[in-house]
Amino acid sequence: MTTSSQDWLNQSFLPIWLPNLAVLLGALLVALLVWQGNRSERWAVAWRRLRGDRLGQVAGAIAALFLVVGALETVVYPTDTGSRTVLQLLLSGIPQEKGYSAPLATHALSVSDPKPLLKRHILGTDALGRDTLVQTLRATRSALWIGGLTSLVYIPLGVLLGILAAYYRGWVDDVVQYLYSTIAAVPEILMLVAILMVLGKGLGTMAIALGITGWVGMARLIRGEALRQMERPYVAAAKALGQSDWRILTRHLLPNVMHLIVIKFVLGFSGLVLAEAVLSYLGVGAPVGTPSWGAIIDASRSELSRDPLVWWNLAAASAALFLLVLSLNILGDALRRAFDPKSNS
Amino acid sequence: MFSYLLRRILFFVPIVAGVMLLTFALFFMVQSPKAMAHRVLGPKATPKAVELWLHNRGYDKPLLINRIPEQPWYDSLFISQMRRLATFDLGSSDVTGRPLAEVFRQGALPSLLLTVPAFLAGLVMSVGLALYLVFIRNAAADFIASLLCVALMSVPVMVYVIFGQYLVAQVFNYFPAFGFQLNGWSTAKFLLLPIALMIVSGLGADVRLFRALFLEELGQDYIRTARAKGVSSAVVLMGHVFKNGLINLITLVVASLPFLIMGSLLLENFFGIPGLGNVLFTAIQLPDFAVVQASVFLGSLLYLGGLLLTDVCYAWADPRIRLH
Repeated sequence: MTTSSQDWLNQSFLPIWLPNLAVLLGALLVALLVWQGNRSERWAVAWRRLRGDRLGQVAGAIAALFLVVGALETVVYPTDTGSRTVLQLLLSGIPQEKGYSAPLATHALSVSDPKPLLKRHILGTDALGRDTLVQTLRATRSALWIGGLTSLVYIPLGVLLGILAAYYRGWVDDVVQYLYSTIAAVPEILMLVAILMVLGKGLGTMAIALGITGWVGMARLIRGEALRQMERPYVAAAKALGQSDWRILTRHLLPNVMHLIVIKFVLGFSGLVLAEAVLSYLGVGAPVGTPSWGAIIDASRSELSRDPLVWWNLAAASAALFLLVLSLNILGDALRRAFDPKSNS
Repeated sequence: MFSYLLRRILFFVPIVAGVMLLTFALFFMVQSPKAMAHRVLGPKATPKAVELWLHNRGYDKPLLINRIPEQPWYDSLFISQMRRLATFDLGSSDVTGRPLAEVFRQGALPSLLLTVPAFLAGLVMSVGLALYLVFIRNAAADFIASLLCVALMSVPVMVYVIFGQYLVAQVFNYFPAFGFQLNGWSTAKFLLLPIALMIVSGLGADVRLFRALFLEELGQDYIRTARAKGVSSAVVLMGHVFKNGLINLITLVVASLPFLIMGSLLLENFFGIPGLGNVLFTAIQLPDFAVVQASVFLGSLLYLGGLLLTDVCYAWADPRIRLH
């Protein structure tokens, strides 16, 4: 298993059930959100509007498809020769060639000695003879894990600090505002590069770095909206009834800003996928050996000057990256329109 | 106006102090100076070389407070680093030993040659397009154009660069694909392609932002009044929406002005432009911690400078602000 020995998720020190558990927890979280959303009228109305938004639905379906592919590549299954992901098992019928081959070609890409291939490959093969389509699909996992892990860092942090600042005002608000003004003062790319240089490469450190820069926007958004909600009579009523701070925060304020969190999560996710590609390209992102769109794009830069030209690796990785980011952007906009039809963008 | 500005500048002092603390914590506490020396000098460096490297840079001082007898308590790494940043002493490169002030000064011009034309042309184009989209709002073309903007936003910069470089330089063979020479007007031929790519990569997001901004202006009461008076669509758009939207637009745009000097990380590397973006890119690859640390500090000063410029513009455009 040369390909997966360098693979960070399939490393032996990770217990085999950990990625599986992560997928299960992710599915549970989505189910919980849908169940919670069902109980709120605002969410029911938004859902009805979304049902009428054809473009948003298509984008949502595509994003869900990527989610399934990423989950299939994450769920690990023990075999005799070591653990494999479900996606690897599903696609195990596709053989590895010796080197480059063009899409649907019957012979390897070589001017002097084109040997016949074991099988036709829809999108050709890369330098090591691996099927480009399979590699592109496998790289989905890096993108989704970066988006997911970073969201786990920045959303709780940003929401908690933002909502506390709006609720308690005074020195709490001052401290939170000072914190995010300071972090925001450092240009994002410089901050990311500095953190990643010090902490080292890896998906985990990338999620931490993106989380540290990412919570600022979330905290600002939630603080602003929560401040607006604080003026609404329902908060005063809850206070007059003697409800505890904790209860007002979790049962009144949080549900009323929840839709903003979901919209920001979807739009932020697309930014994170793009950031992963750029950081991997800069050489501070995914470690060598992890399938990642950024890494594939980086590697395919030199392929463009080859003769005959090798374009399919670049095209496949760019297209997959573009499709996921585009569908997330469109889905985020559709959600925003569904929750707030008066908004312009 | 003066007292307003003074208050704003005083507001920035704790933020600058925070950034200084942050960079110190990141570069000297999360990672020990010794580990940094090992990463700069390579794994095979002798302990003696590491010690010399640390000593030359003053990194071998005690971290926070000097407890060594007969030495002043303030002779520590923390105090010396803070004093260094506060006096704008940027230090020198970890790898080449060149003073960083000189490195940054040399990189500024090529960066500005790339970013200023791209910024100006991009601004004119995106404002024009946004105004046009507002003019034909709710038409099918507006919808398609908005979708196109989202699509433009969804492509990573390096894909633009790789495709652009390949198409223009290898297929048409018109512009040089790589390289830079500071030589009067002939410098332009090295810059045309990166400038074009920089405009395209930023166009989608800008057009969308400005379109939303103008649409918001269009929803104001005074627009309805103008319409009711019988003012034509074109006059409403150019005389009212554009003029008033411009105030918001300027404040959005002015904040990004100081960053023009930093250039573009990816574009400069791809095209071999020896600007500040390239300096940073090289520093990431080496790694050269001093360059990144100095860039973080300078970058945050630029950001605060942009914020101050925005405040000035706001106060100039809307006198009510000064009273707050």
